[in-house]
Amino acid sequence: MSDNPKRPNRPALTLHVPEPAYRPGDAPDFSSVLVPAAGAALRPDVAVEAEVTHPLCTSLVRVLDDDGRAVGAWDPRLDADTLRKMLRDMKTVRTFDNRMYRAQRQGKTSFYMKCTGEEAIAVAAATAMDPDDMHFPTYRQQGLLIARGYSLVAMMCQIYSNRGDKLKGRQLPIMYSDKKYGFFSISGNLGTQYPQAVGWAMASAIKGDSRIAMGWIGDGATAEGDFHSALTFAAVYRAPVILAVVNNQWAISSFSGLAGAEEATFASRAVGYGIAGLRVDGNDALAVYAATRWAADRARMNKGPTLIEYFTYRAEGHSTSDDPTGYRPAGEPQAWPLGDPIARLKAHLVALGEWDDERDEGLDKELDALVRAAQKTAEQQGILPQQGFDNIPSMFEDVYADMPWHIAEQRDQALAEAREFLGHEPS
Amino acid sequence: MSSTNRNMIQAINDAHRVMMERDPDIVVFGEDVGYFGGVFRATEGLQKQFGKTRAFDTPISEGGIIGTAVGMAAYGLKPVVEIQFADYIYPGYDQIVSEVARMRYRTAGEWTMPMVIRSPYGGGIFGGQTHSQSPEALFTHIAGIKTVIPSNPYDAKGLLIAAIEDLDPVLFFEPKRIYNGPFDGHHDRPVTPWAKHPASDVPDGHYTVPLGKAAIVRPGEALTLITYGTMVHVALAAVEENGIDAEVIDLRTLIPLDIETIEHSVRKTGRCLIVQEATRTSGFGAELAALVQERCFYHLEAPVERVAGWDTPYPHAYEWVYFPGPIRLKNALNKVMES
Repeated sequence: MSDNPKRPNRPALTLHVPEPAYRPGDAPDFSSVLVPAAGAALRPDVAVEAEVTHPLCTSLVRVLDDDGRAVGAWDPRLDADTLRKMLRDMKTVRTFDNRMYRAQRQGKTSFYMKCTGEEAIAVAAATAMDPDDMHFPTYRQQGLLIARGYSLVAMMCQIYSNRGDKLKGRQLPIMYSDKKYGFFSISGNLGTQYPQAVGWAMASAIKGDSRIAMGWIGDGATAEGDFHSALTFAAVYRAPVILAVVNNQWAISSFSGLAGAEEATFASRAVGYGIAGLRVDGNDALAVYAATRWAADRARMNKGPTLIEYFTYRAEGHSTSDDPTGYRPAGEPQAWPLGDPIARLKAHLVALGEWDDERDEGLDKELDALVRAAQKTAEQQGILPQQGFDNIPSMFEDVYADMPWHIAEQRDQALAEAREFLGHEPS
Repeated sequence: MSSTNRNMIQAINDAHRVMMERDPDIVVFGEDVGYFGGVFRATEGLQKQFGKTRAFDTPISEGGIIGTAVGMAAYGLKPVVEIQFADYIYPGYDQIVSEVARMRYRTAGEWTMPMVIRSPYGGGIFGGQTHSQSPEALFTHIAGIKTVIPSNPYDAKGLLIAAIEDLDPVLFFEPKRIYNGPFDGHHDRPVTPWAKHPASDVPDGHYTVPLGKAAIVRPGEALTLITYGTMVHVALAAVEENGIDAEVIDLRTLIPLDIETIEHSVRKTGRCLIVQEATRTSGFGAELAALVQERCFYHLEAPVERVAGWDTPYPHAYEWVYFPGPIRLKNALNKVMES
């Protein structure tokens, strides 16, 4: 009972602090996760009123079944070449991630972030969008660049902050940026890109353009104010934007319950804003493609934004600075019921008779050689520990279009310090 | 060039109109900015003239206003947004500091953020804690943005046009106490309208007042008084009332700072008083004081003195105890002259 004498008969108030069901030492158990049958979800016409989509916010759009068959109305009926291209891109992402993770462990750079288990999301979304559509990504959408044919060497040079880094060593590894590839500069401040994506889409509509934008966010950062301002602006102006929530269930050590997932799905945020929403099996490349394409077509018809939750599981640590065995059961990635996205797409191609184990092994070998060769080329332009004293003046450029006097003075001081430290003139 | 007598609001409104006519990529938005034309009327008539997709109202979300402006600038538009009061800017602070200010740097020049964030600022209007603040130091501390504070209609229009044409993002703080007329600091005296001030003769059409250039609004030999915004007028009145031959510098742009004009003046006069309306501690005046002593120490005949608002929140009923008015200025002027 309450210890407040004014209300002796009331229960004492209690605070609910969410806690995941399982912690290290527990047996992993996903039996509470809703996994509807592939093909079960209805597919509304792209021009429907937003509310027609709202039952899909608490369900799960799935196309690939357990036998690798594509079933139901959401099957995008992609040709075999497109499917093979997606498989190749997803495998490239994983191979790249593994090489760069290892490079960080070898001390060649400071930091790396893998997207293991989430490869289908960025790759299939990029495939479903047009190449000149604009992405405002988070740090786990390297698949967008790879699916758009971006140079692996350029990505690695950024990771090494070396002489080939187009960002001139100014950004943390994996914070890529490339205007030509429609990939907006990644911010370490989570959620900031969400209203930016809406603003880009608003600009496209103001100018009567036909390009659309896609904003990306993780489950954890949906708690940021920027998420909600983005949804408000997107709804108010019916912006031609897709707003993606990659729900990988973990924000470093915090489970998605701390972002509100105990109470409602992330897709169902769309209901309150009155916009279209979809909840999608993020480990099913065909479902990701179909849902993204549906939302893109809808946006291009001036029917406004769609919030898509891609439900997945972060199979590895948050980054090279994180060890998930400290806060969740060790066997979870294996127990996760939606499987591995690469294995599932491979099984589909095999079931279609368009792929086999021999070709799969050949592709793995080819990609391994490709990524190793890219790494070698990138490392010829330096690794992080060798950087930091080349072209010091460049460090003071681009703060403003024209360098103001106070920054020029500081540049000269920095050069003098470097000269004293090195014992010779810096290069 | 023809000219028209304008107050500061009318000058700012005209700058928008002139630039929107010249550049179809300019979009103007903010809370109550569109149909109604802004709570201070700075954007009046723009929606009617340029249409709803170039001048429009937004949700009450400063983070959303700045965040969408970033996306629009990334697309290639030039947003000129209004934050209704500078006191409301904090929900957009992350977007300004982490995104707007750093975009050129973090993308090595691939994406730039040419935009203007306008905001009525400062006290003296009985606006209480949340309609009176002077938060310029929170922005001058941030590398990558410029901070501009005009003190009269002529400068307001010319600086705003220069800000819109600038390649970098500009915070444009408009001292709302002097929207309708200069203020000598004597709150108990009748308000003078701009019409009687020479700076209200505002040219029609396009002209600029360059960013980064201070104005010597009163030449003098005895002391250098560095200030900006509303305090320009308060300071000018104070030096006349106290019969001190001060050189009064209106900074107009805080970053990038016109250090040459400051140095030249202080070396000449040997005395320096810095006047800001904002709270004292860690204010922009502290930076000015540090720069003056670093660069002019051997020319100084007295310690550099600061006049500022007190280090309290802006108190509604005690506005004229808080505000750095004629008495605080007189005492500081005398202190610098006597030591």
